Amino acid sequence: MSNSAPQAASTRATSDPEIAVELADVTFGYDLRTILEGITMSIPRGKVVAIMGGSGCGKTTILRLIGGQLKPRSGRVLVAGQSVPDLDREALYEMRRRIGMLFQFGALFTDMTVYENIAFAMREHTDLPEELVRDLVLMKLHAVGLRGAAQLKPSELSGGMARRVALARAIALDPMLVMYDEPFAGLDPISLGVVGQLIRRLNDALGITSVVVTHDVYESLKIVDYLYFVSEGRIVAQGTPAEVRASGEAYVRQFVDGQPDGPVPFHYPAQPYGDALLVHA
Amino acid sequence: MPSTLAAGMGQFLRRVGAGTARFIGRLGFAARFFVAVLAHSPGAFRRIQLTLREIYFSGALSLVIILVSGLFVGMVLALQGYDVLQRYGADESLGVLVALSLVRELGPVVAGLLFASRAGSAMTAEIGLMKATEQLSAMEMMAVDPLARVVAPRFWGGVVSMPLLASLFSTLGIFGAYLVGVKLIDIDAGAFWGNMQAAVDFRQDIVNGIIKSFVFGCAVSLIAVFEGYDANPTAEGVSSATTRTVVESSLAILALDFVLTVFMFRGVGV
Repeated sequence: MSNSAPQAASTRATSDPEIAVELADVTFGYDLRTILEGITMSIPRGKVVAIMGGSGCGKTTILRLIGGQLKPRSGRVLVAGQSVPDLDREALYEMRRRIGMLFQFGALFTDMTVYENIAFAMREHTDLPEELVRDLVLMKLHAVGLRGAAQLKPSELSGGMARRVALARAIALDPMLVMYDEPFAGLDPISLGVVGQLIRRLNDALGITSVVVTHDVYESLKIVDYLYFVSEGRIVAQGTPAEVRASGEAYVRQFVDGQPDGPVPFHYPAQPYGDALLVHA
Repeated sequence: MPSTLAAGMGQFLRRVGAGTARFIGRLGFAARFFVAVLAHSPGAFRRIQLTLREIYFSGALSLVIILVSGLFVGMVLALQGYDVLQRYGADESLGVLVALSLVRELGPVVAGLLFASRAGSAMTAEIGLMKATEQLSAMEMMAVDPLARVVAPRFWGGVVSMPLLASLFSTLGIFGAYLVGVKLIDIDAGAFWGNMQAAVDFRQDIVNGIIKSFVFGCAVSLIAVFEGYDANPTAEGVSSATTRTVVESSLAILALDFVLTVFMFRGVGV
């Protein structure tokens, strides 16, 4: 630890140990296109927080900023008090070992069995004897109810099962933070409920912090502690599930009630309809 | 009229300039990628089973196409060669003709082309699909560098496999020529093998052939892993990356073959 002390001094920018992830006035973009603007959020330890918004609003980008895969143009991104953009490669990899991530469609390694997928990080990062790895893998699989599927290949799993395996893989190294990128996308109602409950239960049982990026408002309202709504790269609303349900804000209402038109227009910007059809008065 | 011509010329020049700049940019990126792969190679060697697995996939699984093609190329070479040689009463030199053609040129080049289309395209498609399905991102997020875990073992698997495959290609080709020349056409077996043994030089012919196939192996493997890693993460992106691998590898093999041949056989009648 002693050799990382100067680094820690320069990158440690918050002292609140109760905050797992903090974004302060974060702006991000590619070339001329701005994706995120002025994003400020803090995610307390032990909570499940949802980041919601329509497709392409920059939700996943927030996860990539937290994971250090992207660097913000400006603003601070802190994970457990460490400034992620300032970490060197080694420190970043060290931090990522304490973060689990579930990708949108699982992103399981297709050339490995379910068992090997979950053992992957343990084998890469630890010198645990194979018997211990086996026990740990079976425990993780048991937690998601798929101990019996250990020897299957990812191609033999249903969408919901693949998502649960990816969840088991995300918690393989007992992380302090798990990020979920669209965990509910493309799931049947039963799998949806199972995955939702797993996120909540694992969060509470293992004492982790969860960030769920999703557009499934119905499912997230059941399991999360707090929600942020992102639209066109900005946070437009936030609150607890009860506040969100009671909210009269136009964007939140459109999102929660699933209305096709509202603050988020139905039509992509275009020239006037009449001009396009060459209708002249 | 002249102004339209000037505008057309301007547009043409702009397009050529943009294309050239893009090409040079990609070349620079590929060079940096190559250095990064080399830098991550010690890690891949430390866990040798990863590289052995890739040697199995790109080498052992390419054996059938390489061996069968080698056999047929040798047999055709013997038929064609005999037809010409016997006109000059030199049919006993058939073994020399076949062996030198295969060991110096056809072995490395044809095996390289087959390797590019069989193993190179598979490498690109696999890495490209891993990227498209976020497996590479997942690996990065698990603090495992895909360059060390995925790319370097595949690169070295290809580099090791290629000279072995080219040698086997030449060997089977010579055996095919033996079947046609000696068993079918009835050339004297002693003359066939004896002339070959006298004319083929180990250093000048065989070692140079192996060097060529090693260079082709490096080129094909680098192109394959680079195209896969650089592919657009969509179905279309992966398919065009796979096509690019085969086209670029084939051109690289033929161009490098010319350059290497010029250097290697400088003193031998060139």
